[in-house]
Amino acid sequence: MSVAAAAGSEARSARRERLHLLRRSPSVLIGAGVLAFWVACAILGNHITPYDPIYHQSPDVFAHPSTAHWFGTDRLGRDVFSRVLAGSRDILLVAPAATLLGTVLGTALGLITGYMRGIVDDVISRLIDAVLALPLIIIAVTAIAALGTRSEWAVAVVIGLVFTPIIARTVRAAVLAEREQDYIQAAQLRGEKTPYIMFAEVLPNVMPIVLVEATVRLGYAIFAVASLTFIGFGIQVPSPDWAVQIFDNYTYVDPDWWTVLFPAAAIASLVVAVNLVSDGIQQAYER
Amino acid sequence: MTRYIVKRLGLALITLVLLSMVVFATAQLLPGDIGRNILGPFAPQSAVDAMDKQLGANRPAVVQYWDWISGVLQGDLGRSLAFQEPIRPLLTSALENSLKLALVAFLIVIPLGILGGIVAGLRAGRAVDRTVTVGGLSLTSVPEFVSGIVLIIVVGIWLGWLPITAQAPDGAGVLTQARYLLLPAICLAGVLFGYIARITRAGVVEALDSDYARTAYLKGLSSNVVVRRHVLRNALLPTIAVVATQIGYLVGGLVVVETLFNYQGIGLLVFNAAKTKDYPMLSAGVLVIGIIYLLVTLAADILIAALNPRIRLAGAE
Amino acid sequence: MSAALEFDALDVAYTVRGKDRRVLRGLSLSVEEGKTFGLVGESGCGKSTAALAAVNYLPRNGKVTGGEIRVAGKDVLGLSWSELRRLRADKVAMVYQNPGAALNPSIKIGAQVAEAFTVRGVPRGEANHLALEALARVQIADPGSVMGRYPFQLSGGMQQRVVIAMALAKDPALLILDEPTTGLDATVEAEVLDLVAQLQAELQTSVLFISHNLGVIAKMCDRVGVLYAGRLVEEGPVETVLSDPRHPYTVGLLRCIPRGGVRKDHARLDTIPGFLPSLGAELPGCVFVDRCALADDRCRAEEPPLTAVGPGHEARCWHHDQAHALPRAEAPELAIRPVDRKAAPVVRFDDLGKVFKQHGHEVHALTGVSGEIWAGETLGLVGETGSGKTTLARTLLGMVAPSSGLVELDGTALEPRFQQRSADELRALQIVFQNPDSALNRRHSVRRILLRSLWKLAGLKGAPADKRMLELTESVRLSERTLTQKPSQLSGGLKQRVSIARAFAGSPQLVVCDEPTSALDVSVQAAILNLLVELQADGGVSFLFISHDLGVVRYISDRIAVLYLGRLMELGPAEVVFEGPHHPYTEALLSAVPTVDGAERERIKLEGDIPSAASPPSGCVFHTRCPRKLGAVCEETEPPLRDVEDGHLMRCHIPIGELRALQA
Repeated sequence: MSVAAAAGSEARSARRERLHLLRRSPSVLIGAGVLAFWVACAILGNHITPYDPIYHQSPDVFAHPSTAHWFGTDRLGRDVFSRVLAGSRDILLVAPAATLLGTVLGTALGLITGYMRGIVDDVISRLIDAVLALPLIIIAVTAIAALGTRSEWAVAVVIGLVFTPIIARTVRAAVLAEREQDYIQAAQLRGEKTPYIMFAEVLPNVMPIVLVEATVRLGYAIFAVASLTFIGFGIQVPSPDWAVQIFDNYTYVDPDWWTVLFPAAAIASLVVAVNLVSDGIQQAYER
Repeated sequence: MTRYIVKRLGLALITLVLLSMVVFATAQLLPGDIGRNILGPFAPQSAVDAMDKQLGANRPAVVQYWDWISGVLQGDLGRSLAFQEPIRPLLTSALENSLKLALVAFLIVIPLGILGGIVAGLRAGRAVDRTVTVGGLSLTSVPEFVSGIVLIIVVGIWLGWLPITAQAPDGAGVLTQARYLLLPAICLAGVLFGYIARITRAGVVEALDSDYARTAYLKGLSSNVVVRRHVLRNALLPTIAVVATQIGYLVGGLVVVETLFNYQGIGLLVFNAAKTKDYPMLSAGVLVIGIIYLLVTLAADILIAALNPRIRLAGAE
Repeated sequence: MSAALEFDALDVAYTVRGKDRRVLRGLSLSVEEGKTFGLVGESGCGKSTAALAAVNYLPRNGKVTGGEIRVAGKDVLGLSWSELRRLRADKVAMVYQNPGAALNPSIKIGAQVAEAFTVRGVPRGEANHLALEALARVQIADPGSVMGRYPFQLSGGMQQRVVIAMALAKDPALLILDEPTTGLDATVEAEVLDLVAQLQAELQTSVLFISHNLGVIAKMCDRVGVLYAGRLVEEGPVETVLSDPRHPYTVGLLRCIPRGGVRKDHARLDTIPGFLPSLGAELPGCVFVDRCALADDRCRAEEPPLTAVGPGHEARCWHHDQAHALPRAEAPELAIRPVDRKAAPVVRFDDLGKVFKQHGHEVHALTGVSGEIWAGETLGLVGETGSGKTTLARTLLGMVAPSSGLVELDGTALEPRFQQRSADELRALQIVFQNPDSALNRRHSVRRILLRSLWKLAGLKGAPADKRMLELTESVRLSERTLTQKPSQLSGGLKQRVSIARAFAGSPQLVVCDEPTSALDVSVQAAILNLLVELQADGGVSFLFISHDLGVVRYISDRIAVLYLGRLMELGPAEVVFEGPHHPYTEALLSAVPTVDGAERERIKLEGDIPSAASPPSGCVFHTRCPRKLGAVCEETEPPLRDVEDGHLMRCHIPIGELRALQA
């Protein structure tokens, strides 16, 4: 059913139509909206919080939600509402950093194994299979414990490295498919060298897949950082990060539930938002 | 078929060996001197050296690896540094607990996920599909401790329908144990549901759009028959593959869920081992998890081969 | 006598990215009982859509926006779901392209065929029995064992027979065939078509036959309808429409096809200027107006109705009486340079052999293939699946290293792998691929593609490169505008021109053309063939032209090589190989190809399937299927490739004099 006109209008209008569809999809809009809200909160930080999220500690601990404290206070008397508002910053710094690292390394690895095949591919793929058999969290915990430091950047690097084989696998599959295309053979018959073919010929065609994968990974990165933080190996106290709040307060869940319910809802809203947007992007490309 | 199984078994074994090496290497990566790590920064050097010698930490890595692996093959998993007890019984009981939890989770999520995916795929593009897809997507993205918190508060505390500790009292019957495990199992299942539904849906849509489905419809077969006899058999193949690979994720989920609910499973055990730098326990635990993962993927591969005649008969051509 | 199928002013649209696009415009036709109606057109004309609409199986985003469809008198669109099912089970059957995909890969053949019976209420045991009979009826040898196999274990031809068996099992009133033989080898195609014709005669089924191949339509159909941009532009009895077409589009189409043995030095193929309209475009006035040399203002403003131009023959044109005098788009002749065979050949290959290891078997892709190609000549390479023609081409280019033998360029031996060849050697041997979509990097602009090739193959940079690039684009008739575009914005024909320009960047000596026009529409194909001939006349380049379309090969080749199971069976001047006397395999191959002229050669049926290259037959590899087999000598000794008549080589035990007498 494909009839192409000589003028380039067909392809250009396809892109325009895709964007248009994205803009109309309610789930994407909601997701983008929520995401934008949290990004704004991260940027504005302390300027919009009624109380200082870290330093304002009052003797009024574990206060129920009230007009003074909309979300109540936690075990150090800090205002939960302020902490929830300010809590998006750290995770919105760490998760994208991890994703970026993983994407860059994973794409390079995927390109190399997918294009060069042979022994290089066999060995690395087996290693990747073996590594993927290990649960992500355990590796992350082990690595972080190994590094000794528990800084945010350690977390970002570790998660980035852990994502690398996963992304490499996806990129490798895409590269394998591209490799069968005739233009690669045409390039070889011109005498092009392998690095040129990998980066100048194959990579541009694999980019859409890399981008989609990166947006999906971002959702997982947030998930992973939050989970690690919850078990104490991610972002550290006294950051108002939501998962830290839960880590700090979950033993008090009964009866002081407000100390953890609101941060939990905030996390849920952020991850769902990111996933809605990335899913929308995926759908738009599939059409 | 047997050739295929043998081949897959061989590959699995190689991966297993590689895995054990990776596990061992990772444990070795934890820097610092073992003796120092156990005795702390204030112990005298001589004591540290003596401990090192006792633990055999000075020998070359290869020798240590061999020692460990041969021990494992004979059933000796070593001694935990943190508990000062043999690892095997600790690991076995923790594994048992986790398997119970995982079983309940699977019993919930696999039928629901597959059913959801099938329904979404059959009604692709319509309201039901959007609900299942978006709902599944949302559930998948929410970390277990988040859904756990919400469930504990809403279902456990406010509504009081289910107990919020996962461990049933000793001697409880199967049903009671299951009831206690329900909340944590739902947390685990929540994340898995999205994956399973999504892959199943994709498989169903692809099968419905295929030429052979068209042939079936144009033969005059009813929708029911087409779906049951032609579509499902081909659509579920990718689902099986995906479910198997989710095992690795599941363990991570176990860590979080078991921490939240304070349930003595393998996730918590291995996590604590990593936290306390209990290398023998960590290596053993991760190795066992890896073995289970490989076994499950092997089983899935075999199942797929059994269902897909092309793979099954490839050898006979 | 009610028609088996009737379309009445049928309008169909597809929703693509939110917009409705018209695909069929007011289509009206009827297939009489017991007759075959051919629906012909190029890609995007809507012929497959018409087929799907007839059984109400449009894809999710398709809908009927107007008109009626009646099958055996029943209004298909008004049927309830269960009535529609009954219709599909009893009255209508469809056979598609790509039979492998049409069969469920996880269910055995027997069960799938039996289903066609059980859906009509036949009990299981009897259904199995009937299925066995159905398979025998489509001439499948050993139907019992086939029942127990899976689709992937059967060859393409066998798969299509199974599909036909399922279709005809219900003795339908209407059989719809949509490109049923595209993708099958010539000899297999001929057998399938013969089978369909035979069964149709037996069962008196009405047939709607859809194809882009006019030769097949000519062979199989009683009436033909020509579709363009969703509109029926001409309709009538097959012989009349093909011999006296009255719509400029039909005239143009017929002129694009190499017919009646015409060759490049006799006449140029005519083309249809312009491009197919984009999907669902709004077309006021006549749909063909942008490409018609007879078009005037009335054609642009008002769409002509279908007018009777003869008994049972209608055309949708204001100027149908002048259609036969449609001015040519191309100059009628081109000066061709004769080939100088006294000079040394440009490329020589000697005793090439290649054995592949596959799943533990040894596959003999090439055995003892030798030949030469002179400057400025086109060597046509012909053969079916497993003949080794692709392997031969790849060996010459160095993409595959031969197991034995060598390749020479200008007298110097070439390294077996291209990675070891010099830059000069690389630029001398280039290739044009079959699939225009995969031949160009989708993310690079045409300009970038050409400049890069100029740099690597001709060593040009900067101003000299730009100049040469413009020369190249002009030589392949590309406008400068296309330089800034990316391949995804170009049509198949334009992409192929870019591929050709790219291959010519370094002024090659030999260009391998691997089915360069097989993926293109007929009108575009003619333009590309003309282009290749022109480039050869201008620059003296040689072509190794691979194609399964014998008409095209005959048109463009100076000499032809026929391969069978990796061996060279015949090599000689194009005329001689086609006219005869020729190798028995060539003879059978030629008789299998349906031509528009309908001048039926006597069909020579070949028994059985092509043997597997993993275990080639002893002696002459063709003896298992050769209708002119002499006897034991063919089974025991492989005949050598002999020169039987100045420059005509053949591998056959039968002496040339006898062949001439037998094939007269």
